[in-house]
Amino acid sequence: MTVWDSARRAREARLQAGARYAQGKRVERKDATALLEAVMQPGDRVCLEGDNQKQADLLAQALAAVDPGKIHDLHMVQSGVVLPEHLDVFELGIAKRLDYAYSGPQSQRIAKLLFGGKIELGAVHTYLELFARYYVDLTPQVALIAAVSADRDGNLYTGPNTEDTPAIVEATAFKDGVVIAQVNQIVDKLPRVDIPGDWVNFVIESDKPFYVEPLFTRDPAAITETQILTAMLAIKGIYGPYGVQRLNHGIGFNTAAIELLLPTYGERLGLKGKVATHWALNPHPTLIPAIESGWVKQIHSFGSEVGMDDYIRARSDVYFTGPDGSLRSNRAFSQVAGLYACDMFIGSTLQIDLQGNSSTVTADRVAGFGGAPNMGSDARGRRHPSAPWLQAGKEADPDGPAPLRRGRKLVVQIGETFGDKNVPMFVENLDALKLAEKLNLELAPVMVYSDDVTHIVTEEGIANLLLCRDKDEREQAIRGVAGYTDVGRGRDAKMVQRLRERGIIRRPEDLGIDPLDADRRMLAARSIKDLVRWSGGLYDPPSKFRNW
Amino acid sequence: MEKLNYRHVAASRAKGEKHQAVVGVVASGNLEVLVERSLPERECEVDIRTAAEGFGEVWQAVVADFVERRSPGGLKFSINDGGARPDMVALRLAQAARAVEGEQV
Repeated sequence: MTVWDSARRAREARLQAGARYAQGKRVERKDATALLEAVMQPGDRVCLEGDNQKQADLLAQALAAVDPGKIHDLHMVQSGVVLPEHLDVFELGIAKRLDYAYSGPQSQRIAKLLFGGKIELGAVHTYLELFARYYVDLTPQVALIAAVSADRDGNLYTGPNTEDTPAIVEATAFKDGVVIAQVNQIVDKLPRVDIPGDWVNFVIESDKPFYVEPLFTRDPAAITETQILTAMLAIKGIYGPYGVQRLNHGIGFNTAAIELLLPTYGERLGLKGKVATHWALNPHPTLIPAIESGWVKQIHSFGSEVGMDDYIRARSDVYFTGPDGSLRSNRAFSQVAGLYACDMFIGSTLQIDLQGNSSTVTADRVAGFGGAPNMGSDARGRRHPSAPWLQAGKEADPDGPAPLRRGRKLVVQIGETFGDKNVPMFVENLDALKLAEKLNLELAPVMVYSDDVTHIVTEEGIANLLLCRDKDEREQAIRGVAGYTDVGRGRDAKMVQRLRERGIIRRPEDLGIDPLDADRRMLAARSIKDLVRWSGGLYDPPSKFRNW
Repeated sequence: MEKLNYRHVAASRAKGEKHQAVVGVVASGNLEVLVERSLPERECEVDIRTAAEGFGEVWQAVVADFVERRSPGGLKFSINDGGARPDMVALRLAQAARAVEGEQV
């Protein structure tokens, strides 16, 4: 006779095996590893919560301590490979296969393990794509998650850093998986319920709060004049003319400079209220001056940011907050917002090739992308019009019939022609191709594909790729803003001049911008301390950003 | 330490009468530029001491573009470079020209 509830029965068996370490749902910290050994099976798909911000660090340590004789060949399906333990489990033979989205600090070590064959790589995803697969073919059998607090029934308060938790728990709990949460504390009454208790099987109280990386904090003191110039170009040459109101900013000093120029340079250009009003964005501290100056109407966030919680609480007109007053972030929904409801993504990259493909993967670093490929792509399912979307669509296809013409999302790559240590941003071939060859991957890890990117901004000017009509024009438009890199010096000067006459390349002087005006005095805040002052003392920066 | 020297003919004499100016600082990723009005009207010289070796071609291109854009006739530029990127070099050269032409930096 066919059995139709084998997974449910298996879950019951797992829960029973774990119950000997639990009182109700509560498991002591010292029993964390024993609990994992009891509920897991070799070959399980496991989601260990962790992204570019929050980390289920206690559970990561507990997993790295299981006996590889009992638990091995796990298939890790997780947003971030960030903590040392995330890779220790591969070195120890506890885990074997990996599907992930982001690895910042571990990018060098992950490359070594990939080359050494210790990790069998499924794919490098974008966040939303990985979440989607949790519901189709990568559903976790066990999810190890992090929350701020739990009550006796296992209800969870995930607080400002809710992030990936709802997406992970929903997929696991409703498909016969086991959900184990680490919490900072167990309390009688939660500030609010973010995850209902009957979706959670075990709760472990940690001895310290789960780790959160202040990834989106950029110190204004480190912003250079060249970055300010790129920001001026973007504001005057893209934000203004397209009237971009709904947008997402990637991480980086160029976009931080834009945020800090809105209340100064943007104000002078008369753009307040006309651009940058609605955001899918983490709570960037560098956006505080623009918020305080009345530029920003609404922000939905993927996660929180260390030190911003009191400020957010006091600005509930701007941020999404719960009945308790604190931020409710949700990475899955914010990624959807960035994909479908934003008209522009602007962010940095490490390498751009001659057709405009870009990647953050370099020869010895496999960084992953996080949300950029999702935000930085045109949503082919989009059906609602907006002025910038229609304008971009028209530029790409001026002869098409307007009612049948797709709009286009503005996907802008911004950066200096040379990055850290004089490494050029423009290359003939992406290192991602070499990596794909070396690891035998069917797909090179490209962050933003050439046919999605619409503009490239450097200190040399703006290349509008929507206006290019063929491959050669596109290549010369890119070479034309590549400055003194080999790619830039390899340009056809005459063709670049013609592209400039057609407005495909716009130099600072074509936009009425004198590069000598790119001055740090234009920044609304020139230090972290200035940001604290702008916030009325509500922003509480992490100690590594305090130098007073 | 690499030493480079470029001489160009400029389209016209740099504006102003100021004799010399200094911009920038010698620091990692930055550079100091001393500019002196010491050459015949149409001549321009750029003298470079740099910590980063092997970037001669890039320097040559940056300096040639600078001379074409700003026409700094009569000026000698002495650069102490701490491994600045080309965009920073171009900016400091332009700032130096503006400083000796008498405008505020």
